[in-house]
Amino acid sequence: MKNRTKLPNIYLGVILVIMYLPIVLTVFYSFNESKISSIWGGFSLKWYEELMGDRDLKEALRNSLILAALSCSASAVIGTLGAVGMSRIQSKSKGIVEYISTIPIMIPEIILGMVFLAFFSLLGLPFGMTTLVLAHTTFCIPYIFMMVKARLIGMDKSLEEAARDLGASPVRAFFDIVLPLIMPAIASGMLLAFAMSFDDVVISIFVTGPKTNTLPIKIYTKMKTGVTPEINALSTVILVVTVFLLFLSSRIKKKQK
Amino acid sequence: MKKHSKIWVSVIPLYIFTLIFVAGPLIYMIALSFMTRAEVFGVVGEFTLDNYKKIFEPIYLKTFAESLKLAFTSTILIILLGYPYGYFMAKLSSVWKKRMMALLMIPFWTSALIRLYGWIIIFRSNGVLDSVLMGLGITKDPLKLLYTYPAVVVGMVYALLPFMILSVYSSAEKMDWSLVEAARDLGASPMKAFLTVTLKLTLPGLLSGVVLTFVPSMGLFFIADILGGNKVVLVGSIIQEQLTKGRNWPFAAALSVVLMIMTSLIIGIYRKVTNTKDLEGLF
Amino acid sequence: MSEVLLDLVDIKKSFGDVEVLKGISLGIHKGEFITLLGSSGCGKTTTLRIIAGLETPDSGKVLLDGKDITDMEPHKRDVNTVFQNYALFPHMTVAANVGYGLKIRKVPKETIASEVEKALQLVQLPGYDKRMPSELSGGQRQRVAIARAIVNHPQVLLLDEPLGALDLQLRRQMQLELKRLQKKLGITFIYITHDQEEAINMSDRIVVMNEGVFEQIGTPDEVYNTPKSSFVARFIGNANIITCQRDGRAVTLAVRSENILINDPDNCPYTATVLEKSFAGGMLRVVLRLQSGEEIVASRHGINIKTEVGETVHTGWNPEHAVEVEE
Repeated sequence: MKNRTKLPNIYLGVILVIMYLPIVLTVFYSFNESKISSIWGGFSLKWYEELMGDRDLKEALRNSLILAALSCSASAVIGTLGAVGMSRIQSKSKGIVEYISTIPIMIPEIILGMVFLAFFSLLGLPFGMTTLVLAHTTFCIPYIFMMVKARLIGMDKSLEEAARDLGASPVRAFFDIVLPLIMPAIASGMLLAFAMSFDDVVISIFVTGPKTNTLPIKIYTKMKTGVTPEINALSTVILVVTVFLLFLSSRIKKKQK
Repeated sequence: MKKHSKIWVSVIPLYIFTLIFVAGPLIYMIALSFMTRAEVFGVVGEFTLDNYKKIFEPIYLKTFAESLKLAFTSTILIILLGYPYGYFMAKLSSVWKKRMMALLMIPFWTSALIRLYGWIIIFRSNGVLDSVLMGLGITKDPLKLLYTYPAVVVGMVYALLPFMILSVYSSAEKMDWSLVEAARDLGASPMKAFLTVTLKLTLPGLLSGVVLTFVPSMGLFFIADILGGNKVVLVGSIIQEQLTKGRNWPFAAALSVVLMIMTSLIIGIYRKVTNTKDLEGLF
Repeated sequence: MSEVLLDLVDIKKSFGDVEVLKGISLGIHKGEFITLLGSSGCGKTTTLRIIAGLETPDSGKVLLDGKDITDMEPHKRDVNTVFQNYALFPHMTVAANVGYGLKIRKVPKETIASEVEKALQLVQLPGYDKRMPSELSGGQRQRVAIARAIVNHPQVLLLDEPLGALDLQLRRQMQLELKRLQKKLGITFIYITHDQEEAINMSDRIVVMNEGVFEQIGTPDEVYNTPKSSFVARFIGNANIITCQRDGRAVTLAVRSENILINDPDNCPYTATVLEKSFAGGMLRVVLRLQSGEEIVASRHGINIKTEVGETVHTGWNPEHAVEVEE
């Protein structure tokens, strides 16, 4: 048995290293003094300084943050209310609406980008922050909805009944009992949604306007033209933000258990 | 408890949003695919099947075939790499399972675009790979791997592998391992026990992984874009091109409808085979 | 004990096609300890939920103190419940759990604190106020759930199999404590259980439920010694139900297994074969097959029935131990 258990571990290790290698290289070369990525020219923060000085990028970062904050808040409200409401109503439309609402995370992103582009121009909406927020909210809703739904299913129904029994009105019971108990699910769903929105490229490219750039769009356009240490630095910034959000999200999830 | 009709209010935003921003656009996409392209710009509401006929033009048919081939190649590789990974992971101790899950979170949730950028650094002429190989004296000249078909395959496999791993893992994790022991006890060889018990019980995870990798791999145009240059063209690339440069939206819509149908077909098969509604391991 | 506090009048309730309550009526007196006894699915929990207001009956009325409360929402009723799984709020301390009902009624903070302390003392958990429910044992959670309900001094306290999850020893102890508490507070208790021993030990009156109807309502003594129906006889006393001829007509008799005689010089007119012998819970059980084909069970404390499986024996019962019941 002994040497049989070793091989799988080596396999897991090797694949893991390959999975992380590109990420580590990206981060590593963002601190490279030299402009040529395969030559190590010593440690430097100059590419980050350059980023700080770039007005366009600052604007893109600002846009990305606003976009992620707005769409994750909007989807939190819609998704939570929806999940709570759906758990209480008996209706045939329920299953259908639930199915349709999860389509955005089931189909390839490009189709979503395409349909939003076509639909928004049909509606005559001005392309820019508005269309970005609408599109991102749509694909963020399922994350929150599913997290809250799972939590509600796991929640003991008699807790709410106990509150009603002790004199709480339905609204009071919701705010005293249900909301605090689903809060971790909402929070981790929101962080996930924020991360998804913050680093989305495909959908953003289609629904953004000529004047509105987000950080990932900036990176994509730069990447097409070649490799520069600036992209490394930019990617590192996005990675750090995403990883931080993921970390928070999983911390909250763990606490909930 | 008494029925509270007021609770309806809470689902209204979700209903409205879902109908207007999910169902609406999808229905419009289908309608658009039967419309005619206007002379200069925009669409005319004239019914036509031309957009679908156009898919059968040799150049697009070839793209579809190439996309399918790439999707197929990538998916096979993803299964070969990801299935053992998920399977081995499920056999780890619970402490290591948690650690491995945490380590998978970053590749799973961070943008594929950013993760792929590292491959440009590796593949490019005189990049990391070349430097290592040439430094070790294995190759003499740069391999020029960037902007080639293999680079795109590597990119696809790399971008989508985490989905397969998590799908397989979550179904292998739920598996009752004593069944495998029982099969072995009843005289099955390790191979036979694997094929008749393990594979059968982890099939939902494997299939869910296929759903999450096969169709997306036809749409991830940016992988073909940044790792394949203009040498590899996917269905996704054509859709993107038709939307931005070609301005032939009805054709892009028709292509999307075909991709949608393929997605639904694969998900349908998945549901039929596994008898479940939700995809394994998505959450 | 004469005044009727809670009146259930011809209550019917269906879930889909299943009729769970088929028109039940019951008057419960002030300060009474009444137990709804029945196996799972007999409708006892639904009855309780209707009294609490968590379900609305399809027809019939619930009267509390003469007032019709059938359609009153649960939070407006002067009735509290101890839930089967305790339903303690996991995100609140013990004190916050117990004080929740008072807080909603806007009782001043200091009063809440002292009332909570008193309630915790009553259930013998003083000093546990700052603990979280997850830090308590099953028995302690049970006590908190009781404290949370009684702190509000409800007119009626509903208890849904509150001791079901506890081990036997703790259950016995809690039975005594609950009974003591009920006497001390003078609150009307409506108690649900499927355990006939528990019902007999604690109740002033027992309501035996079966498939949505009340089979019999009576004191433990009445229900045990003079069961009305074969169901009650079987459920409460593990009685044998035997059909025989008496004065030229077929009657159904209930005879408890400890009263079945074997090879007794008197009262043993029947011949039977010993099918099975087993020992459980301090009792020896012998299964006999009568010549009519009916099987009956005889039981004794200890192991002193001297028969072997396959043997033919004489059996019967003292006529005063046989109760005529409805089929």
